[in-house]
Amino acid sequence: MKSMKIICPNGHLGFAPLRTESFHIGVQAAPDFIAADSGSDDVGPVPLGSDTSTSPQAWQMHDLEEMLLASRRLGVPMIIGSAGDTGSNSRVDMYVRIIQELAEKHNLPKFKLGYFYSEVDKETVRMKIRNGDSVTGLDGFDDLTEAELDATDRIVAVAGVHPYIKLLEQGADVIIGGRSSDAAVFAAPAIFKGFPEDKAYYLGKVLECASFCAEPYGGKETVMGEISHDDVQVTAMHPEQRCTIASVAGHAMYERSNPFEEFFAGGRLDMTDCHYEQLTEKTTRITGSRFHPAQQIRVKLEGSGKVGERFIGFCGVRDPYTIANIDRVIGWAREKVQERFGDEGYQLHYSVYGRDGVMGALEPLRHQTGHEVGVLVQGVAPTREMAEELTLIGLRQMFYARLPDVKGTAGSVSFPLDEVVEASAAYRWTLNHTMPVDDVLELFPTNMITAGV
Amino acid sequence: MTSYKLNQLAKTIRSKNAGVNKITFDIIFRDQETYQAVKKSGALSRQTVCDLYNISDERISDFVEYDPGLAIKFTIYRQRPSGSAGDGDIFGAQQYAPLLELPVDL
Repeated sequence: MKSMKIICPNGHLGFAPLRTESFHIGVQAAPDFIAADSGSDDVGPVPLGSDTSTSPQAWQMHDLEEMLLASRRLGVPMIIGSAGDTGSNSRVDMYVRIIQELAEKHNLPKFKLGYFYSEVDKETVRMKIRNGDSVTGLDGFDDLTEAELDATDRIVAVAGVHPYIKLLEQGADVIIGGRSSDAAVFAAPAIFKGFPEDKAYYLGKVLECASFCAEPYGGKETVMGEISHDDVQVTAMHPEQRCTIASVAGHAMYERSNPFEEFFAGGRLDMTDCHYEQLTEKTTRITGSRFHPAQQIRVKLEGSGKVGERFIGFCGVRDPYTIANIDRVIGWAREKVQERFGDEGYQLHYSVYGRDGVMGALEPLRHQTGHEVGVLVQGVAPTREMAEELTLIGLRQMFYARLPDVKGTAGSVSFPLDEVVEASAAYRWTLNHTMPVDDVLELFPTNMITAGV
Repeated sequence: MTSYKLNQLAKTIRSKNAGVNKITFDIIFRDQETYQAVKKSGALSRQTVCDLYNISDERISDFVEYDPGLAIKFTIYRQRPSGSAGDGDIFGAQQYAPLLELPVDL
């Protein structure tokens, strides 16, 4: 095989629907694979901890249907990573079920459906700690302790190319992956087809966010990557978009602290000596990427733990004197919560929109308050009843705050809703670590079934 | 010498999560000349980032001049990981605004 083409229609399948016009153009370009990642830790710790998706099923199904029908029509494999935002086992099962249902709905001839899981049992991680293997914290996280492990509800390991290659070797026509590095879903088929790792990982890197490597800015549009033994070429499929040197080189830094390297289970992609060349108006060619295999394979783990049940409430303030003294109003309400529930065993958060609700302590213009402000109140507690009551005290007592010089003595805040409402339970990231493994496939058990009629 | 605001010189000024505990900022320029001029001016440095966001230098994990992308890029640690209760910006996408007005003398 001299070269191989992959199209990617969506950088986070399900988060917003793919745009069909550029996808259909991409399908007409006769790709050898159709692939997309469906997950991200951007969505915060709640979906992983509570084992839910942040994306509605209708949008997930929309993209899976478009991709499945194109893949079966062309007779080329379809690869999805990080099923359902988190890549947990239930999300993999859900995507497998959706593929089976779509196959029946469209009377698709029988095909091989491969899938793998990524969830890691807490006891597996505990044994590593007890055996003296370091479960090493990333980005400011301390190395993992058993106490922090105990506070964790769910862990996924981030797969590299290995389970994908295994399933491709077994002849999978469609692959649904558990949690994965975005780039793995593209690098794996390229490596499987015999292309060098140096190029394959770069191909994955540049395709992972679909049209984010193109300009002008426009999300959810299809791009195509073509890998040969000498280079990678990336082309925008949307009629108005182009892959330029600036947009492609610029993508390497997106969402990453270091634009020159990226780590995967199994090694490191080095982009220091990448050379970019504008081939045609819509296509940029990249050479010079390097992949350095790791001596010991370390797999990244993501874990989320429940903090408590959560309610939220919202109020506004228009009186300039009250706005100037908003911290005293909040302090008053906090005191009332403390009188009822004490100092510990719950969380109460106030976000003052119009002052620093977006940036918090990073806000340099905190003193330039707006002429009105909105205050979001969040209460977190072990039970729903307590979370509801504490949030309601924290909200309603703002109404009764006593400020010495206030003219309006009937109420200190405005209520759009005189109630608090239940929000998702509060979770926090407990694991953002790497763990050594002897056999990388031990964490990612694979399965193969038949779908279609 | 002329005084500019950074948003008059840059094509893109953005912020976004880099993993669950960091936010990364990209300031991307349209052409080599502007990029080099801003780089040389020293207007955007670890120190200006500390001053602008009122943080200590240890909060900055990386400060990179990324020539292939015509970009100056820095990354800061969050106070708490993304999505912890009380976090106002789970994606880290609205933390760049103070950079828009940063004075640059060229």
